[in-house]
Amino acid sequence: MKVGLPKWADVVLIPAINLVLAFLVSGLVVLWIGENPLRALLVIIKGSIGSAYGWGYTLYYATNFVFTGLAVAVAFHAKLFNIGGEGQATLGGLGAALVCMSIAWPHWLLAFPAAIIGAMAFGAAWAAVPAYLQARRGSHIVITTIMFNFIANALLVYLLVNVLKAPGQMAPETALFPEGTNLPTAHDMFGWIGVTFPKSPPLNVSFLVALAACVFVWLLVWRTRLGYAIRAFGWSEPAAVYAGISPFRITMITMLISGALAGLMAINTVVGEAERLLIDAVQGAGFVGIAVALMGRSHPFGVFLAALLFGVLYQGGVELEFEMPAVSREMIIVIQALVVLFTGALENMVRMPVARIFQAFGSRSA
Amino acid sequence: MDFATVVQILDSMMRLSAPLLLACLAGLFSERAGIFDIGLEGKMLASAFFSAAVAAATGSVWIGMSAGLAASMVLAAVHAVASVTFRGNQLISGVAINFLASGLTAVIGQNWFKLGGRTPSLSGDARFLPIEFPFAESIASVPLLGPVYSELLSGHTLMVYVALAAVPATWWLLFRTRFGLRLRAVGENPEAVDTAGLSVSLLRFQAVLICGLLCGLAGAYLSTGIAAGFIRDMTAGKGFIALAALIFAKWRPGYALYACLLFGLLEAIAIRYQSIEIEGVGTVPLQLMQALPYILTVVILAGFVGKAIPPRAGGEPYVKEI
Repeated sequence: MKVGLPKWADVVLIPAINLVLAFLVSGLVVLWIGENPLRALLVIIKGSIGSAYGWGYTLYYATNFVFTGLAVAVAFHAKLFNIGGEGQATLGGLGAALVCMSIAWPHWLLAFPAAIIGAMAFGAAWAAVPAYLQARRGSHIVITTIMFNFIANALLVYLLVNVLKAPGQMAPETALFPEGTNLPTAHDMFGWIGVTFPKSPPLNVSFLVALAACVFVWLLVWRTRLGYAIRAFGWSEPAAVYAGISPFRITMITMLISGALAGLMAINTVVGEAERLLIDAVQGAGFVGIAVALMGRSHPFGVFLAALLFGVLYQGGVELEFEMPAVSREMIIVIQALVVLFTGALENMVRMPVARIFQAFGSRSA
Repeated sequence: MDFATVVQILDSMMRLSAPLLLACLAGLFSERAGIFDIGLEGKMLASAFFSAAVAAATGSVWIGMSAGLAASMVLAAVHAVASVTFRGNQLISGVAINFLASGLTAVIGQNWFKLGGRTPSLSGDARFLPIEFPFAESIASVPLLGPVYSELLSGHTLMVYVALAAVPATWWLLFRTRFGLRLRAVGENPEAVDTAGLSVSLLRFQAVLICGLLCGLAGAYLSTGIAAGFIRDMTAGKGFIALAALIFAKWRPGYALYACLLFGLLEAIAIRYQSIEIEGVGTVPLQLMQALPYILTVVILAGFVGKAIPPRAGGEPYVKEI
């Protein structure tokens, strides 16, 4: 039952109602474990956007979620569900790390573009196999990308334990990257224009790359021939075939772009923050990307806003655990789950009644 | 490798296969009825937590298991409402359920027990204890047959035998009863079932709830049978291995047994040996053993070794014509 809704209702009203529902249920959970949900909300907001320090972390997390959210969103346009952002970002980390450790980089301006290419290439390569199997062999891409997440994890652990581990060290992680690869942080960049910004938040120049990626995806999807082909393929495969669009080509290209975007996340975490390759550098950001893309309606601007919201939640969650020990950090995962549930799976629960209301009012005014 | 070692590894294979098998059969019911379920992991996790938490509080594994089953079936019901009633995306619903279970078990666990997400250790009646077969002790010394009977077959917890019994039971229910025929039909051709005057929604709800029940058993076994309590995210991908086994088994109960035994064996070997030397090949790293179930599943999915064809109406919401 696809009832015509005004565009603003589709883009703003329904996501807003879904979000409110997700937060209401989360509030009930907080209430159930005996804490005040309004106070929890205040702590989250104050901890995430109440100070320059908070912003520094919030935007750092948001940078990750923009990349993984865009990755899922691009694939959604071709009706492909890329659940493998986690694995692609893991491989992206490997690619970025290999580039950073390959030579003694003289300056970050040289190392950064190379690391970007490394991260994108490895992320795309990890998406290429499931894409090929989907396009040529009809293997369900959701299952293969899930499997590739686990394989990526095993591969990374193997490489870190047996190959890449810094000599004379117990922890399975690489040595620190050479200094020439260290990216300017927000502290450095604000320093250039004479503004003081706290030193500890990991926000770095990758944030600007994330913004650029949003613009790139918007141009790609809505302003290029390829983007048109991707959307046509997503709407109707038979129609796309009739129009001379090759399903194989579109599936491959879309997934390569998607994987490259997920891989890009590594420039923020591996190159920007940790400055070495660790086990579990992705920390679930690949999955957050699913929530972000759903909430952001697969539109880059929506993805950016949703990534910001999740940045607020992740940074606020850290503060929350500090201020209210009864509410542990994992509360954020609960909220994330409810956002996915309400905006993704239960979307029709809100859409159907809203459509009915609009119809009732529409017929009265007519 | 002597005979005793082989028996020990096979014994551990039996133990590790059981939760995979229960979860795999759970997925089989759901997917045969046309509802994809990537939320097996979450349902197992929820059941593992509530089983252990309630068993710790009451001292009875049976009350604990009931709580675990209830938790798993509530999540199954959410999945059914989302994917049947509201015709939502079944994959997204599954993702949400996995997150929900992972987050809620950690939040509630920390709130109730303040042990960093763990439950207190269980002992005595709060756990499933091994069942010794009659004469297991006395036959143990008989060569060959003795160890096989007393170690491999006897001495497992109840749930291992339940899992093994669930295989023929599932086969019988799906392929020899009217309910089973309808359930499979609803996954292949829901229009036909609808035309016959049966409710597609009701059948799919039933299938998803059976899936919740079996996932609940798998989860209860994890935290009260294999382990003595719950630890955070203790399913650790088992739900996805079960999903892999389901594809590997081409959605058939008999093959599901073999697939789960194979993946259980791989896990048992990986636990026992850190790395394996194979002559002429070199060392097989532990991580490869761990990744092997996933790699094998991709190979099967790719159709190079026998094609796995899922139920035809899988993943598609049924819209009744009015």
